[in-house]
Amino acid sequence: MSVIQVEHLHKRYGSKVAVDDISLEVHRGEIFGVLGRNGAGKTTAVEIIGGLREADSGTVRVLGLDPVRDRSRLREVVGLQLQESQLQPKLGVREALDLYASFYPDPADPAQLLEELGLTDRADARFEQLSGGQKQRLSVALALVGNPQVAILDELTTGLDPHARRDTWDVVERIRDRGVTIVLVTHLMEEAERLCDRIALIDAGRVVATGTPGELVARATVEQVLRFRPSAPVPVGLLEQLASITHADDGTVVARGRDNVVQDVLVALAQHGIRPENLRLEQSSLEDAFVALTTA
Amino acid sequence: MSSTTPSTTRTRSGSATRYGALSRLTVVESRLFLREPSGAFFAVLFPAVLLTVLGLVMPWADQPFDDKDPILSQVNGITGYAPTVLALAVATVALSSFPTTIANYRGRGVLKRLSTTPVPPSRILVAQVLVNLVALLVAAVLMYVLGATVVGVAAPAEPLVLLLAFFLTVLSAFAVGSVIAALAPTASAATAWGMGVYFGSLFFAGVWLPLPLMPDVIQTIAGLTPLGAGSEALAAAWYGQPFPTSSLLVMAGWTLVGLPAAARLFRWS
Repeated sequence: MSVIQVEHLHKRYGSKVAVDDISLEVHRGEIFGVLGRNGAGKTTAVEIIGGLREADSGTVRVLGLDPVRDRSRLREVVGLQLQESQLQPKLGVREALDLYASFYPDPADPAQLLEELGLTDRADARFEQLSGGQKQRLSVALALVGNPQVAILDELTTGLDPHARRDTWDVVERIRDRGVTIVLVTHLMEEAERLCDRIALIDAGRVVATGTPGELVARATVEQVLRFRPSAPVPVGLLEQLASITHADDGTVVARGRDNVVQDVLVALAQHGIRPENLRLEQSSLEDAFVALTTA
Repeated sequence: MSSTTPSTTRTRSGSATRYGALSRLTVVESRLFLREPSGAFFAVLFPAVLLTVLGLVMPWADQPFDDKDPILSQVNGITGYAPTVLALAVATVALSSFPTTIANYRGRGVLKRLSTTPVPPSRILVAQVLVNLVALLVAAVLMYVLGATVVGVAAPAEPLVLLLAFFLTVLSAFAVGSVIAALAPTASAATAWGMGVYFGSLFFAGVWLPLPLMPDVIQTIAGLTPLGAGSEALAAAWYGQPFPTSSLLVMAGWTLVGLPAAARLFRWS
């Protein structure tokens, strides 16, 4: 069942087109990634979905609500974690959560939320005293304190060290386990690959591909690369008919090809009693897919 | 989904929650106000300290304010200075504390974050105005009580006119402060603009040199600024001079232009 439906979203600022044509659908209970370079239009798109900006054209429905017309009801069921958004420096952690909880008709328990986000021992600290990761987690907590059905998290881990980033990813997975549908905006491949059930790849204000991380990789994969050192000389012409072959100076053979090239090469070698030593297979990553799909 | 409830069944209790939100916001904002000791000192205590210290050390404090004027010769120097200090108290919250805080909140994304919740971000502006008004009222009462008991500041001759003049001074100064808060692109710009307007206003309000001692042309200009007009109107009410019609009109004008302009120009992010 779809929780968010976006059709032909378009938004420009003056002569600059921020969102050209974006359509996407987010299903209940999934982590949906909005992936793209900086400036691709991701933030503008999700801020329209979250009712912070109005689109020039196109339709958006979030849980059946129109973000412009039903703005106040949307606020109660959608939690937004904004990019680079700070709190008052002297505001306490628990104080902030209690305050924001009071804004919602059916808030989550702030103490439990602090516990889940690992902030219990910082409950009395002030915002200015928190580390970058703690500030981000508090920001996520504020987006969740209204018990939203949908949480939109924008560039959640930007500026965090790798350790804090992994902690934050765990938090996102725990939120999904609570049944919250998550829209995750990111420019980090690793983050999208690790967390997202499905991804919309955005480039220059358009969706260039949608699918699971695996599907995107498969769609963009042009070739597979196999490197090995043969245990005996390879008969001339044996592999050339299967793949594009190059010989490195150190005796390493590099075979490139599509589809079943890996199996074909290995079978041919086995038939001649040749063992591929130091075998390495270079598989395309989401990053390769990203480059392939956004520079086409 | 745990305890998530469909929003439609909650709209009625939702509005009650949001009404409570303003008082919660105001309580939190007042705590934050007090957690900035220097800001709280200048807003709340400084006017009383200034008036009292000047009253104690200045030789002119117990001399007639102006020998040659039939009305001003009846008040002592420190009473003559009291309206100016009151205008300074207004300027401190309205031109410095309020616009700087709001611009800072916008720059940090506090206003934008609020706009993601069911509570409109305008509520934090209201909370800030309330906090600053309460600080100002405390400052004014402290200043008057200390001034009257310690250094012999005379009671205002026309208390009702004084209240009216105070009310309009507050309105017009907050109108100017709101325009600064609306237009300043960053918190540091708001601080710079606010400080510039603040010190200019203090000059025209007669903080450094009593207005009657200034050249006529400066007095005329001062009378057209919100705090200069405020200082004049407060002084007229305090000393028992004729009803300060033109000063009050000047302040009403600043208010009527400034507040709608600020509301129109205000950016939330």
